[in-house]
Amino acid sequence: MFHIYCPHCCEYREEEEFHASGQAHIPRPLDPDACTDQEWGEYMYFRKNPRGIHHELWVHAAGCRKFFNITRDTQTYEIKEVYKIGEQPSVVANSDQ
Amino acid sequence: MQHYSGFGLLKHSFSHHENWQRVWRNPTPKKKYDVIIVGGGGHGLATAYYLAKEFGVTNVAVIEKGFLGGGNTARNTTIVRSNYLWDEAAHLYEHAMKLWEGLSQDLNYNVMFSQRGCLNLGHTLQDMRDIERRVNANRLNGIDGEVLDAQQVQEIVPVLDCSDRARYPVMGASWQPRAGVARHDAVAWGFARGADAHGVDLIQQTEVQDLIIEDGTVVGVRTAQYGEIRADRVGCVVAGNSSVLAKMGGFELPLESHPLQALVSEPIKPILDTVVMSNHVHGYASQSDKGDLVIGAGIDGYNGYGQRGSYSTIEHTIQAVLEMFPVFSRVRMNRQWGGIVDTCPDACPIISETPVKNLFFNCGWGTGGFKATPGSGHVFAASLAKGEMHELAKPFSMFRFHNGALVDEHGAAGVAH
Amino acid sequence: MTSSSHTHGSQQSNRLQDGGRIDRSKTLTFTYNGKQYKGYAGDTLASALLANGVDIVGRSFKYSRPRGIVAAGAEEPNAIMQVGATEATQIPNVRATQQSLYDGLVAGTTNGWPSVETDLMEYVGKVGGKMMPPGFYYKTFMFPQSMWETYETYIRKAAGLGRAPKERDPDSYDKMNQHCDVMIVGAGPAGLAAALTAALAGARVIIADEQSEFGGSLLSSTETLDGKPASEWVTDVVKELATFDDVMMLPNSQVNGYHDHNFLTIQQHCTDQFADRAPNGQVAQRLHRVRAKWVILATGAHERPLVFGNNDVPGCMVANAVSTYINRYGVVPGNDLVLMTSNDNAYRTALDWHDAGRNVVAIVDSRKNPQGTLVDAARERGITIMVGSGVIDVQGGKRVTGVSIAPLNDAGDEVAGSIVKMKADTVASSGGWSPVIHLSCHTGARPVWNDDILGFTPGATVQKQLTAGAINGSFSTAQALLEGLSAAQDAVQLLGLTEVEVALPVTEEITESKAMALFHIPHTKPTAKAPKQFVDYQNDVTAAGIELACREGFESIEHVKRYTAMGFGTDQGKLGNINGMAIAAKTLNQTIPQTGTTIFRPNYTPVTFGAIAGRDCGALFDPERYTAMHSWHVEHGAKFEDVGLWKRPWYYPKANETMQDALNRECVATRESVGILDASTLGKIDIQGKDAREFLGRVYSNAWAKLPIGKCRYGLMCGEDGMVFDDGVTSCLGENHFLMTTTSGGAAHVLEWLEIYHQTEWPELEVYFTTVTDHWATMTISGPNSRKLLEKITDGDVSKDSMGFMDWKTMKVAGIPARVFRISFTGELSFEINVQANYGLHVWKALFEHGEEFNLTPYGTETMHILRAEKGFIIAGQDTDGSVHPFDLGLSWAVAMKKPFSFIGKRGMQREDCVRPDRKQLVGLKTIDPKVVLPEGAQGVLDPNAPIPMPMVGHVTSSYWSANLNRSIAMGFVKGGLEKMGEKVFYPLADGRVIEAEICNPVFLDPKGERQHV
Repeated sequence: MFHIYCPHCCEYREEEEFHASGQAHIPRPLDPDACTDQEWGEYMYFRKNPRGIHHELWVHAAGCRKFFNITRDTQTYEIKEVYKIGEQPSVVANSDQ
Repeated sequence: MQHYSGFGLLKHSFSHHENWQRVWRNPTPKKKYDVIIVGGGGHGLATAYYLAKEFGVTNVAVIEKGFLGGGNTARNTTIVRSNYLWDEAAHLYEHAMKLWEGLSQDLNYNVMFSQRGCLNLGHTLQDMRDIERRVNANRLNGIDGEVLDAQQVQEIVPVLDCSDRARYPVMGASWQPRAGVARHDAVAWGFARGADAHGVDLIQQTEVQDLIIEDGTVVGVRTAQYGEIRADRVGCVVAGNSSVLAKMGGFELPLESHPLQALVSEPIKPILDTVVMSNHVHGYASQSDKGDLVIGAGIDGYNGYGQRGSYSTIEHTIQAVLEMFPVFSRVRMNRQWGGIVDTCPDACPIISETPVKNLFFNCGWGTGGFKATPGSGHVFAASLAKGEMHELAKPFSMFRFHNGALVDEHGAAGVAH
Repeated sequence: MTSSSHTHGSQQSNRLQDGGRIDRSKTLTFTYNGKQYKGYAGDTLASALLANGVDIVGRSFKYSRPRGIVAAGAEEPNAIMQVGATEATQIPNVRATQQSLYDGLVAGTTNGWPSVETDLMEYVGKVGGKMMPPGFYYKTFMFPQSMWETYETYIRKAAGLGRAPKERDPDSYDKMNQHCDVMIVGAGPAGLAAALTAALAGARVIIADEQSEFGGSLLSSTETLDGKPASEWVTDVVKELATFDDVMMLPNSQVNGYHDHNFLTIQQHCTDQFADRAPNGQVAQRLHRVRAKWVILATGAHERPLVFGNNDVPGCMVANAVSTYINRYGVVPGNDLVLMTSNDNAYRTALDWHDAGRNVVAIVDSRKNPQGTLVDAARERGITIMVGSGVIDVQGGKRVTGVSIAPLNDAGDEVAGSIVKMKADTVASSGGWSPVIHLSCHTGARPVWNDDILGFTPGATVQKQLTAGAINGSFSTAQALLEGLSAAQDAVQLLGLTEVEVALPVTEEITESKAMALFHIPHTKPTAKAPKQFVDYQNDVTAAGIELACREGFESIEHVKRYTAMGFGTDQGKLGNINGMAIAAKTLNQTIPQTGTTIFRPNYTPVTFGAIAGRDCGALFDPERYTAMHSWHVEHGAKFEDVGLWKRPWYYPKANETMQDALNRECVATRESVGILDASTLGKIDIQGKDAREFLGRVYSNAWAKLPIGKCRYGLMCGEDGMVFDDGVTSCLGENHFLMTTTSGGAAHVLEWLEIYHQTEWPELEVYFTTVTDHWATMTISGPNSRKLLEKITDGDVSKDSMGFMDWKTMKVAGIPARVFRISFTGELSFEINVQANYGLHVWKALFEHGEEFNLTPYGTETMHILRAEKGFIIAGQDTDGSVHPFDLGLSWAVAMKKPFSFIGKRGMQREDCVRPDRKQLVGLKTIDPKVVLPEGAQGVLDPNAPIPMPMVGHVTSSYWSANLNRSIAMGFVKGGLEKMGEKVFYPLADGRVIEAEICNPVFLDPKGERQHV
């Protein structure tokens, strides 16, 4: 069970206070109407889903209600870093470098 | 293939069981196959079996990175049912159900398919509306089922708390008598033995490190031990690891791999004859032939390949089960474990062609793949044999996530005024 | 068989006159299989049974062979009991070696018929057992197909161990969340040394041990520390630890799971170790949920028995267990001992047995030339040592009567000489020790084989975990103490605390010779033909079974495990797994590390479901949410409906009314005069900020740019896929201030939806969301007399001219400041009165005080559903299911395609599949027979005579008897339905009826909407 540092509350809290909200860094297309069905489908549904380093969105649902990002190893479940929305990760998978 | 029977057991007992044949060979792979199936779980092995037996394609290899049936096949709670809501899903799962009925005989391997029935409980008015809707659809699709009230549910499962003491009292249930459970390992082993007997090479402990793609067409796979193994067609049936394989093919899938946990109690004397599931209190239970209560619930919310999840999920699951079965309070949990389930946005599988020619995927079964094992294998085998998707598989193309033709088995998510 | 003539007096024929940690002044009476026995305080159920000469404690699973106690702790596979004095307090599968004895304890064996002593199934097992190799059930019971479930019924009856109680658990269970610097698992020498070291450095420490007292192996050892009995050192350390405020000591507490990020679960036995049920006000067990900065695993090791012929006959025990019974419990479980060993350490058992005044028949050592302190001690006592030999078989049925001993070759895999038979009633065996690595595996670390200690040790981990003592293969007390100290010093340093020097006690100096790698003792016959050699007692897995599995091609150790069921018991293979892996490795011609090990999963030992659930069942399973007027509803006989977490009034039956009677009355009263609904449960989100309006335009499908202050508007909320997921009315309170309402069940989801878009997509918009659902009590008065009623108790002008439809105003209602919204979900003249929640009941009652003359009628959700259906209004979640967009619902008027911003859902609802003309669309349905009400969930077809599978066109979503219209009404989906007005749909029902209905406009009443505009 995860012990997660909330970058807004600046504290470690229990996983039960948080919700995972899927892959991070998926910007909504700026002009949806210009997207093809395929592009729109990829935005909505298609995911990296890596085994290993993963950047994901979490929300401190039972806390400050703020969303933030976590870089986590999906195999060992180690949290490598926590960073705010709008920031970029410093730990990235080799294949993404 | 050595025929199995009670008489055979008797005969072999005189020779101290020293003369049983191997269930499958341990072959060195050939350089080239007609079809390579990546993934030696239940679905992959079923695919190989039907390819060889039904469609005459015997030059087939199954390449498995671990041991046969060692992924979600080995970790699931073995529920088999076909009472799905939408026509496309219902037809697919019912196709599987029909194959389950008679599978032991077909494989000459007792997979212990036990049609002890499945109850899906309703605890709210909307639950009951959804149950009516689903059972009506099932009936008109030729799938058995009825809607029961709380009293009828109580008669089928005396140990279930149908009183008003519960936080969400049981209002009724859907009941599929033909549903049941099967012995998960035996399913994998039975298909493996059958496939091997038809000449399929089962290559264990061999990880596919890359797909070999030439001009947008897959021509084989690369492994550490055996280098390149070529094939005319490649079918990936790797469940939680599908996205990893897709990345080798240069595309993404609409999948997320989540931990799905399950647990068993210590073995106790028979107390629960049927499968009881509740979406609303979020837990389900059945009792194995060994006496273990086999218990499960939903996925953990985050992506995970670790074959383990969070303890809070286990706690919620057990709370749910005790809410349904208060007399289990003094029974003890023996063991918990986790699988990696590849969940699709519409809770339906992907059985599909891909952007790479001759590369096919069968994945996205999420939490419910076991019940489809023979059906999934059969339609995927038909598709691989012909290079064209089977009629039942067509609605489950990955490209439905482009055009929007989802088969949304999530249904209403508890929203109500 | 009772096996002692040495002790006198009590029934406890195997009890020594003195020695051990039991309190002979406190006699306890217990019942076992219906007979009364006596034991002492400090006993376990197992030690008391052995003291009383009870040999058989169970029957094996497959062959019904008699089984006795073999171990003294968590690894015991056989002594699995049904415990409980009453029906409600039954506990299945209690391990007798872990259950403290208490006065009045009632225990029994779980199988054997007519009794465990004389079990007729044994004969079935003897005859049929030959036909039951591993996996036999996969090979038979297949013909005829229809018979499997009959066979299965008998298989099920034979399986299982204990039984669940039939009554509710009278006990309760607690949970505690704990945080500490160092969590120490195991209070043996390593754990105690670690705890003391960490405590002295000022760390917050939790130390837990599964046994009833701290000390671990030292409790049953004759070793000395500082020249005194080791237990004295234990007492001193425990006393010292008790002086630290920040040290929590948990005996009787199993650490059962080690989860990610150093989260551990501990099951503490509070009263169930001492009482049949918890005394009033106490909990039976407590589950500690620990988050530790560092974890020190000092979990020790389990001794492995050796695998030889008939090694399951009662009287065959693990060597160290025998010592434990002698030294800790003052019980010698027999008279004539043969010790079979591959190592020096087990010699202690022969010494203990000898020193207890009993006869050691022989020590059988597989090694050719054992040397060392303990070997010398045995020689000094004149004990016969047979070197280079093994016990290959045991005689006896219900108790060992003799052994067959044979010389072995150097490798220990063949018999190399003639057999000697000796009389004995007890065979203690030791094949060495297996580190207790279970917890270290729980987070995914793979154990590593260590040839020096002939066992697996913990593998690399990402957890903040340290290990000390026997878990590392450091089996000597001296080494355990040292590693405990050093692990704690490491933790102290990593925590940034200051190390404090700790003096360790002086241990005895012992020299030992190397142990031999021996797991499976050969027989003169090949394994398949030799007497059964058990590896996993509980599941009747034999060496022959493992060899057969390998021969059949089950070569992965996971396959072996699954095919033979090795390690699947309630002991999870603590005794047998390593032996089994070694046998598999040998059969496959591999090394043990090549064969590998299966992975241990939580729990280390079984945990009571009740303890895991804690108090979170029944009313506490989910919180119950009540509105401010709940007590009134209860007083007025409301039936309640669960909506999300809320308890909402469903309908208010009066005496003798059926549900339909009540609904008819409520519906008619509302349309004829005025009804009132408690609408407080609707989600309410206060939205403020200069970009609030822009934001609304993005998340709702319709237009919001021009909604003036004082006005309300209905909005539809869609996902990016264009599918409707919630709806509600949002009101403009100020230029930068809106109040959004949501469905009752969807409120939390909508709030998170708004937040995620604001925080991740559009942080540049200045807008703030606050949930205010609980702040307001909301009561809707609806009906032609609603204005008249409101006028009686408000200071506001609610006349038609000053307060039009979809207007809202502040005013006082019953003297309380209120927001009143003129919105309608019934199609009637309606006012939704919102007051600060604490005043809700007051205002509600005031309305009733003034409502009598209008026959003000309370109505619940069901009448609300009927009234809105008469108007064709949808309910998100009932008339939607996540697969329908606004056009499917006929709500194109609520979609503003031309809004400048591409609102959420716009692109999704234009995908290829979403613009098909034959999509399922929501329409009204009128049954041809107006008296027949369609069942909700009925599936429509166009041709009722089509063969199965019938092509279905859509289902009925909402259907009611409308008392106002004196006919049934319904809404449902029909493929292409919006273009099929007037056409027929057929609904074939389960009872054989086919109901015919006509597709119509879903607005059944007042199609022009005049009633709400008065």
